[in-house]
Amino acid sequence: MALFSMLAVTALSVVRTRSLFAIVALSGVFSLLSALLFITWDAVDVAFTEAAVGAGISTVLMLGTLALTSRAEKISHKSKTIPLLAVVLTGAAMFYGTLDMPNFGSADTPVQTHVGPDYLTRIPEDIHVPNAVTAILASYRGYDTLGETAVVFSAGIGVLMLISGLRRRRRDEDTEEDTSDTGGDNLMRHHLILRVITKLLVGTIFLFALYVQFHGDYSPGGGFQAGVIMAVGFIIYGIVFSLDKVKLVFPPWLVHKLVAFGVLLYAGTGVYSMLMGYGYLDYTAIDPHHPSHGQHLGILIVEAGVGITVTGVMVAVYYAFASRTPVLSDEEW
Amino acid sequence: MHFFTSEFFFGHINYWLFIVLMMTGLYIVIGKGNLVKKIVGLNIFQTSVFMFYISMGKISGGTAPIFPLDGKYDPEIAYSNPLPHVLILTAIVVGIATTSLGLALIIRIREEYHSIEEEEITVIEDTVFRSEHLVVASQGEPL
Repeated sequence: MALFSMLAVTALSVVRTRSLFAIVALSGVFSLLSALLFITWDAVDVAFTEAAVGAGISTVLMLGTLALTSRAEKISHKSKTIPLLAVVLTGAAMFYGTLDMPNFGSADTPVQTHVGPDYLTRIPEDIHVPNAVTAILASYRGYDTLGETAVVFSAGIGVLMLISGLRRRRRDEDTEEDTSDTGGDNLMRHHLILRVITKLLVGTIFLFALYVQFHGDYSPGGGFQAGVIMAVGFIIYGIVFSLDKVKLVFPPWLVHKLVAFGVLLYAGTGVYSMLMGYGYLDYTAIDPHHPSHGQHLGILIVEAGVGITVTGVMVAVYYAFASRTPVLSDEEW
Repeated sequence: MHFFTSEFFFGHINYWLFIVLMMTGLYIVIGKGNLVKKIVGLNIFQTSVFMFYISMGKISGGTAPIFPLDGKYDPEIAYSNPLPHVLILTAIVVGIATTSLGLALIIRIREEYHSIEEEEITVIEDTVFRSEHLVVASQGEPL
């Protein structure tokens, strides 16, 4: 309940605040609070993802957008009554809908009596993977996850098409003018503490990401979370030691190849199992004598595919945002 | 009426709180003019839907759906439903991918219109539309 009131206060202050910088910070706070809420509802995997995505990546991307656009919201002359009326009506309709809902936490609801318990009883025999969320994600619901990886992939392609086309090539031609941009990056060079801490942290972050990736079937974690954490490592490096340096470590062509490779690895696993005479994404094909070993290996492979694609897309999006010169007039800062 | 018991109230107050959060997000999306703020509002809206899903999977006294290492399923232990967790976990990552697409669109809009305020963009759109319309009309009239 305390978490809820904090969430509500955060959301309402987003409505009130006019400084976009503060709004982005508040949205990070909102994500972190909701991650805490997910933990109290036993959804540890979800909380993990929300904390990494909401408080990590999305804040960075929004700040990147602010750097390229403007810092403050202008005063709007729109009428406030119509939106308010629409919101109140929708809210009332939904309130009416909740009257038929089962009580929170009860165990005999439709949600708890159909496929959920069925999965829970079957996972220990079928898959031998302790984390039920990972088992469902990668095995029973492998098609869904493949589709979602494809959505992440196409969103990444969309961002690249939108904002890293012509302009970047034009920028490369007049690199002389670029000094103002790298000057901004150089500012960070003076922060000795930041640089030392980052050097310590980046390695740890990568290690943690790999742990989350390969330990995802035993503890909370998996490809999605690991991919995001991995990308955060590269992004921190890029923020503290200029974009050019991180591009030396992880060149954009490699990033773009990896984005596609992850999806191909996932889809290819399905094609392999079909070639072996089983159904699409039926991991028994990988080790027909020990179906549960095959399941385990299959989950590892497709999670790796997911992780690679997510890392690739997040880093590619960061590169696309960060390598644009701001078209910002000075007075707006 | 079972609607007015305290059990009903405390069993449903979480849904009503989601509605409050969700409507706050919706209000930001439709009531505010700044495009970045709209994206933040959309995120709040989205997160409250996630909370709704996760809360439906929760069982009182249940625990996180991770089995002990020996991999035995013990029917005595109540596990919260893992299926909503799977759905929402992937939805969060898809959400950030689509958010970044939205932010990229905002950057392109800013470059074309030099503004990220809805009203200013509408004004520019109107003038562009009118000027094009006028050209067509003036060309058509002599005939």
